[in-house]
Amino acid sequence: MSDMTDTGGPVLAADGTPLKRSLRKALRRQKMRALLLIAPLLIFVLVSFIMPIGDMLYRSVENKIVSQTLPRSTQALSSWDADSGELPSEAVFAAMAADLKEAAEQKIHTRVGSRLNYENPGMSSVFRTSGRKAKKFDLENGGPWKEQLIEINEDWADTDVWRTIKTYSPPVTAGYFLNAVDMRVGPDGAEMRPERERIYMNLLKRTLWMSLLITFSCIVLAYPVAWLLANLPTRKANLLMILVLLPFWTSLLVRTSAWKILLQQQGVINDVLVWIGLVDDNARLIIINNQFGTIVAMTHILLPFMILPMYSVMQTIPPSYVRAAKSLGATDWTAFWRVYFPQTIPGIGAGSILVFILAIGYYITPALVGGTKGTFISNQIAFHISTSLNWGLASALGAILLAVVLVLYWAYDKIVGIDNVKLG
Amino acid sequence: MADTASSDGFVVFDRVQKSYDGETLVVKDLNLSVARGEFLTMLGPSGSGKTTCLMMLAGFETATHGDILLGGQPINNIPPHKRGIGMVFQNYALFPHMTVAENLAFPLEVRKMGKSEREAKVKRALDMVQMGDFGGRRPAQLSGGQQQRIALSRALVFEPELVLMDEPLGALDKQLRERMQFEITRLAHELGITTVYVTHDQTEALTMSDNVAVFDDGRIQQLAPPDQLYEKPENSFVAQFIGENNTLEGVVTEISGDTCIVKLDDGEILDATPINVSKVGDRTQVSIRPERVEYNKDRLQEGAHTLKAEVLEFIYMGDIFRTRLRVAGNDEFVIKTRNAPDQDRLMPGQQIEIGWLPSDCRALDA
Repeated sequence: MSDMTDTGGPVLAADGTPLKRSLRKALRRQKMRALLLIAPLLIFVLVSFIMPIGDMLYRSVENKIVSQTLPRSTQALSSWDADSGELPSEAVFAAMAADLKEAAEQKIHTRVGSRLNYENPGMSSVFRTSGRKAKKFDLENGGPWKEQLIEINEDWADTDVWRTIKTYSPPVTAGYFLNAVDMRVGPDGAEMRPERERIYMNLLKRTLWMSLLITFSCIVLAYPVAWLLANLPTRKANLLMILVLLPFWTSLLVRTSAWKILLQQQGVINDVLVWIGLVDDNARLIIINNQFGTIVAMTHILLPFMILPMYSVMQTIPPSYVRAAKSLGATDWTAFWRVYFPQTIPGIGAGSILVFILAIGYYITPALVGGTKGTFISNQIAFHISTSLNWGLASALGAILLAVVLVLYWAYDKIVGIDNVKLG
Repeated sequence: MADTASSDGFVVFDRVQKSYDGETLVVKDLNLSVARGEFLTMLGPSGSGKTTCLMMLAGFETATHGDILLGGQPINNIPPHKRGIGMVFQNYALFPHMTVAENLAFPLEVRKMGKSEREAKVKRALDMVQMGDFGGRRPAQLSGGQQQRIALSRALVFEPELVLMDEPLGALDKQLRERMQFEITRLAHELGITTVYVTHDQTEALTMSDNVAVFDDGRIQQLAPPDQLYEKPENSFVAQFIGENNTLEGVVTEISGDTCIVKLDDGEILDATPINVSKVGDRTQVSIRPERVEYNKDRLQEGAHTLKAEVLEFIYMGDIFRTRLRVAGNDEFVIKTRNAPDQDRLMPGQQIEIGWLPSDCRALDA
């Protein structure tokens, strides 16, 4: 044996190369093979998950439509001072006339109209009416465009219309995000919208609050069930486990519809209450199409997500801990509270994160049983995606939701420690 | 107090039975009395009912029939936390979310003891097991042996009169186990506490206990001090279970007082001490300890009985030689001899003559 440990230099392998390098070489093949094995999944996740999310996040700030549809006008408007109180110069109007004619010929003038309408209601009709006439504009010797345009639609004489166009001419905008937090760009920069136009912050608050309530009721209901699952003899525990999983395997739509049948005013619960005389027939309880309905139905639907992590943690706690506590003189309650409960916190944490994150993004159940008072922010997102077609706003709301989840996750990691979370 | 004959012990099991399913008895008619300050070991194979007995004493299982008395009081209806019995569990059951000191303070806290008194007691309990510097650690940061010490001192910190131990050394390696055996017995005797110790390891039972109760099939097969248990087993289960043992099977042909004559199955005739054979014609297992067999003619004692044997295997074990023989048709007959300078080393195939005293040869039930 050579005395290679005495030299103080890097440790060498038998052939004289540094040991670290030979180790890397030996592990490289292994790493490559591991990478190849996960490659299909990696590509799938990238294409079907990461890229769409990235695209949607980009849409929340993307605003090329204005500068692309109205290239000359946005150029000309850059020298106009919106705070001067005067209308832009004839050159700007001429540029707008040219842009409108071109856009109308391509039939895209309404699109930019509805885009700007999100920011300043009324813009849509300005562009629609002007576009109709714009096809017949004689650009060479039509002029003066200022008077012509104002004649077509008197809103062109409103500086606010021009201000909106100027504000939203850059290719990137914070407008969607401002909108999503109930703000807008006013004459003095960002400002809160009037009280009655504020929708989204209240909706977000409601979503978070109701999700908390749902998480809490899941903890309360799931704890004893998980305890039974972990402590009953195997055969009974298996039966109970099937009962827990059975709703899990049933379609979400079916379960939500079942709650509709149970909770409605002519439904099973009200009928029973009236029958046993607890509630008067004329004063049936309203327990659906409100927050209560959403909380009840979602607690039921999300319960297995709380039970399973709790169960997997409780299963690993041997009964000898509680026995030891009792032999040391602790009453049943002290043994539970000081010895058993602290050891189940990782399970509660895991279940709570899971349920809470699922809850704040929930869509189907609040849509079906939530009415107007029990809907979540995701229902608004869906509305903007499929009905109002304001994808930018939908993306901004989605991005805010994502950020809230990440912040909560970070806070949880700081307080409880994500290492303490056990899912199984 | 209406003392009965059976209740003069500190811990008394009076005709205790236990069944889990209502069909079979796990513990059958158990009668046992443990004196104050005694170290009693319950020894037996798994499923013999020893742990069930311990759990009934601790209060985690209820007796189906019979009374358990502690200090003369029946405790069947007293919940575990009011029994004041210290217990050391198989896996230590140290609370993982508390530090060592918090673990030790727990039984004092639930007894509403003041903070300064509590701290003094915890410190003393830690010093008692030489773990004074470990109070701030978590159980997971300790080695198996250290955890064992903490579990022990936690069971003792509230000064119980009775301590139960459920195979506390099962998870330790051999060397550590031997050291802890010594330490547990030392502590138990120093503090004068009554100890009931459950194990399936016979060495542990022999080295630690004042008395050993050998369990099998839900009954106590023999209750005796270790030396008696080893040298004077009362039935063939105890003889087989404790230490190494040679058995030869045969039929009793004559009994007179404290000797009997056994005709082995291959026709050999033996003198033996009758233990639990009652009449001529009974089948019997004759039991001889390996170290009581002598093959050196010069050392054979007066009145020793001799038999022919063939050497099958010779194993050198350092301090002793272990030799396997064929004796009276039994291929598993083992003798142990001390590695002395003048000792012969036997060779496989050698024909020898072996002998023993009839008093070392016990005729037991078959």
